Order: sequence, then structure tokens, then C-alpha cells
Amino acid sequence: MYALVDCNNFYVSCERVFQPRLDGRPVVVLSNNDGCLISRSAEAKALGLQMGDPYFQVKPLLEQHQVAVFSSNYALYGDMSRRVMWYLSQVAPAVEVYSIDEAFLDLHGMERFVVNSLESFARTVRANVLARTGIPTCVGIAPTKTLAKLANRLAKKNPEMGGVCHLDTAERRRWTLEQVDVEDVWGIGRQYAQKLYTAGITTAAGLAGCSEAFARKHLGGVVGARLVRELQGYPCQGLAPSEDGTLSRRTLCVSRTFGRPLTDFPDVTGAVSAFASRAAEKLRRQGDAAHLMTVFLSKSRFGLEPPPYSCSAVLTLPVATNDTIELVRFARAALKRLWQPGNRYTKAGVILNGLEPEGQTQLTLFEPAPVSEKRAKLMAELDALNRRFGKGTVKLASLVLPPGKAQAPWEGQAQWRTPQYTTRLEDLLLVG
Amino acid sequence: MRNVELIPVQDSQTPFLLPLFSCSVSAGFPSPASDYTDELFDLNRLLLRHPDATYLVRVSGESMKNAEIHEGDLLAVDKQMEADHNHIVVAVVDGECTVKRLVCEHGTWWLKPENPDYQPWEIHDAGAVRIWSVVTHVLHELIPGKLAALLRTRD
Repeated sequence: MYALVDCNNFYVSCERVFQPRLDGRPVVVLSNNDGCLISRSAEAKALGLQMGDPYFQVKPLLEQHQVAVFSSNYALYGDMSRRVMWYLSQVAPAVEVYSIDEAFLDLHGMERFVVNSLESFARTVRANVLARTGIPTCVGIAPTKTLAKLANRLAKKNPEMGGVCHLDTAERRRWTLEQVDVEDVWGIGRQYAQKLYTAGITTAAGLAGCSEAFARKHLGGVVGARLVRELQGYPCQGLAPSEDGTLSRRTLCVSRTFGRPLTDFPDVTGAVSAFASRAAEKLRRQGDAAHLMTVFLSKSRFGLEPPPYSCSAVLTLPVATNDTIELVRFARAALKRLWQPGNRYTKAGVILNGLEPEGQTQLTLFEPAPVSEKRAKLMAELDALNRRFGKGTVKLASLVLPPGKAQAPWEGQAQWRTPQYTTRLEDLLLVG
Repeated sequence: MRNVELIPVQDSQTPFLLPLFSCSVSAGFPSPASDYTDELFDLNRLLLRHPDATYLVRVSGESMKNAEIHEGDLLAVDKQMEADHNHIVVAVVDGECTVKRLVCEHGTWWLKPENPDYQPWEIHDAGAVRIWSVVTHVLHELIPGKLAALLRTRD
């Protein structure tokens, strides 16, 4: 048995924990750069606000209904998520942190351990997460992860279930599968959904009734066949390594939309250097080195300028590296190749591929041997200092802002960001 | 006899790292006492009893001065503890967080300040007041330091 614990409207719920006056009021949280809605309270959903609505489009509606609007505060959401996940790891034999606000629990064998039933276990977990963090959750329990995902969806949609949906019997499973449209099944994207609709399959129940041959042919081979088996109640996948550091990534990407369109080369260079530097930090944290780097630049799709809207350059690094100085140097070189004066750029990013464990790098025949040992030590010191004294304490000179400037020109707007209530001494909640 | 089922129990994959305080001790010459020393006692273990449910908040105002809780103090509060008579709690009144003593007198519950200049608040309707957390520790600076500096920057 698997359970999926999913936090309700997670970002909004986090804001509400520290601002109780928001209870019962419509609340939304905006994406990075205050672009579009990424979290909505139930009251905001009832007003017809959709996930992903651009802020400028729905602004009149938000003002008309006095919706509380917040910029995203990832320091807060990250800490609240860690609290939820820490608690879950205390009560379940194994946990897969699937995203910032959801986790799969492996409840294999727990039927005998829990006193009453898995359902009452789930209710206790839910109540405890709420008591400890103030975050409401829904729990779906089922024999497979795909079904647990569906069960969770039903628990969210049907408040009378009290936040828990347990698919313990075959009838309940059948009933659930009939409730869910095929495009809402985990792993079915828009393209597969279209294919299935033309084949006359519109619900999860229909999909579960597919033959294996059909699934293999039309839903991406063995992946599709597994999906159908999972819907039928036969587990085909266990817990995967988690987002929380046990998972090693094979690609790293750091990209941001700029706070405003940039036309000056030094401004964009600053942005790209910052992204490369951040990517290098991430790379070192997972103990890898990269030997492929892609840098891309984008223009606005909605402006007057003609396509292409995006251009990129790929560099093969002579030696795999995770050295900030090296990576920033290469990123700047790539940017020079891409740069076309007169354009208004709105976004840039750095992608690292070809990751391999650090310290096992292949030496090249023609390049001089890298000064790696000393530099590795320098990077270790850099990371240690930034860990101890806070992000960005020590950085490359190219990332230092000119005096008198508080924010880099590329940095996004976050006009309505709340304090970092749990991670900064200066920002702790004040009580009178 | 029933079958024995083995359930692999994995180590907790989410280490709990405390965000606020950290210190390190560097070692010099080997000391004859080195075999007898314990790990340095970690104050976090005292303050943050439930790592997922303990939060730190700061006090503004002097409404609790007779309970030795003063402006600028740091409070460790536990969100999962059940509040009871005589606990000092963080309560939500009219959407605002306030620290007061929760008292039950002759069947009536009160939120009482510890300062004669402030009025006690009778809880008429249990729905109107929510207990946010129970205060477990007070951190008060006797010699002005970081907390006092924070107070100054706020004004």
C-alpha cells in the first residue's frame, strides 16, 4: 500500500500560518517575478481564478474582490515543507519526497502495525501535520502510486471524505476510476489524452481496461503498459530517490526571467554569471562535475520583434569541472557568441549536462593539466564561508553590484513578499 | 506460525538542520581530557524540542513583563502542544498574534496579560480565539547583544 500526502494550496497555506487574519479570505501567491498565479486559496478558486493566470490580466478581478496577493517566498515554503517531510519520515517506514508539497509513503506491512486501519492512520497523520505546521493536507491510499495519486485527487475534490480517500476494495477502485477523466491520470499528458479520446477512452476506468498491447503501442511502450497495470492495482514502481538530496540530477538548469527587459551587454553578463555561479554551487553540492554547458537567451514572445525568440550556444568544456570561476568564464564566452545588440532580452539560463563524479575527470592530451587541487580547495572554502555567513557572502567580483545599487538589474520583482518567518532572525513573527 | 515479513526500514532521508544557530569548535593539541569530553551540549535540543513543531517568535511590547517576558525577547513556541490552564500561549485574537497567559477561573477561560496596565481578555466564544502555540522557553538578553541590536534597527 502507498499513500500520497499532498498539502492543500501549499504556498497560500504557508502564508496563512503566519498571518491568521487571512483565514477565510481569498489569497493568491504569484510566481517568481510576480508573473502569474501559482497558488490559490479555495476562496480564490471560487472566484474563478485559474492556475497560471497572468497577474496583469486578473488584476481588476483581484482588486474587486480584495484578494490578498503575495510574491512567492521560497525560503518560507522550503522550511515549512521540510517540517512536513520530517514529520512524515518519523511515522512511515519509507518516504519519497516527490515535490515541495507532496510525498509518497510506503505503507508496506503497516496494516498489521497500525491499530485500526490505514484510513485512521492517515487521519492521524493529517491531524498531526496540521497541528505541527498549520498546513492542511489530503491523503490518498491505494495499492499503487498511480492509484494513490487518483485517490488523493478525489480526497481533495470531495470535502465530505474528510481529506482521506482509501481505495481498499475493488468496488471503490472501480468507482474512483470512473470519476476521473483520463487526462487527469498521473503520466497522461495532453498528447496521450488526445490519442485516447479519439480511441474512445475518456475516463481512468477506460484506460485501466486497455489491453497491454494497446498501451505499449500508443502510450510509449513499457511505460504505458506499466501505467495501465498500476491503474489495475498491480504495483510496478516503488519509491524513487527523493528531491531532498538523495536524488542526483543528470542535468542542472538555472534560469530566470528578468525583472525587466535588458538591452545592455554588461547587465545580461551579470545575470548569466550569477546563474553559472549558482549552477556551480548546485553541482558541487551533489559532488559532480560537468563537461557540457548550454547558455540560452530569450526575447519576449509578445513583443513586436520577429522570431526566433530564443537562441542558445553549447560548449564542450575541455575538462569536466565544477569550478565557479571556470564555469562563469565559459558562460561569458558563450554569451558573447549569442549576443546581438539592439535586442531586448527577457530571460537567460545556464544548463549543465554530461555530469560525472568530481575527481574522476579525464585529462586531456592537449590542454595543460588543470590546477585542480588548489582550486577545489578554494571552492570548498567558498562554499563553507557562504554556508556559515549566508548566501553570497563571498562571490566573484563580476557579481558584485555597483555601489548604491541594492538589486541587480536582472533581478525580479517581488513586491509583496512576506518575511522569512522561520529562517531569518530579523524576520521572526512578532507577538504583542 | 505466521510468515515473517521483513520490512526494510530506511534511515530518515531528511536530516533536520537547524537554521538559526551554528558554532564549531576547533581542536588544537591533543588534550589529556579529550577522552573524557562529551559532545558540546546543543542548546537547540533544549529549545527546539520538536524540530518540526517548534518555532521561534519575537516579543513586542511589555504586556507580559511580570512573567519576565520583555520587548525583544525570543520565545520558543510549540505548535503541537495542547494548551492548558496557566500556560503562556501565543493566541490569535481578531487575526493578530498575541502572547498572554491562558487561565481558567470558575469555568471561564481568560487570556491574561502580566502587566496591570493591560486588560485581561475573556474568551466568550471559543471560535473567536485560536491558540497558535504554547510558549516553552524565553530567551532574554541581560547584556545587550544581537536581540537588542535588532530592536534598535526596528525603531
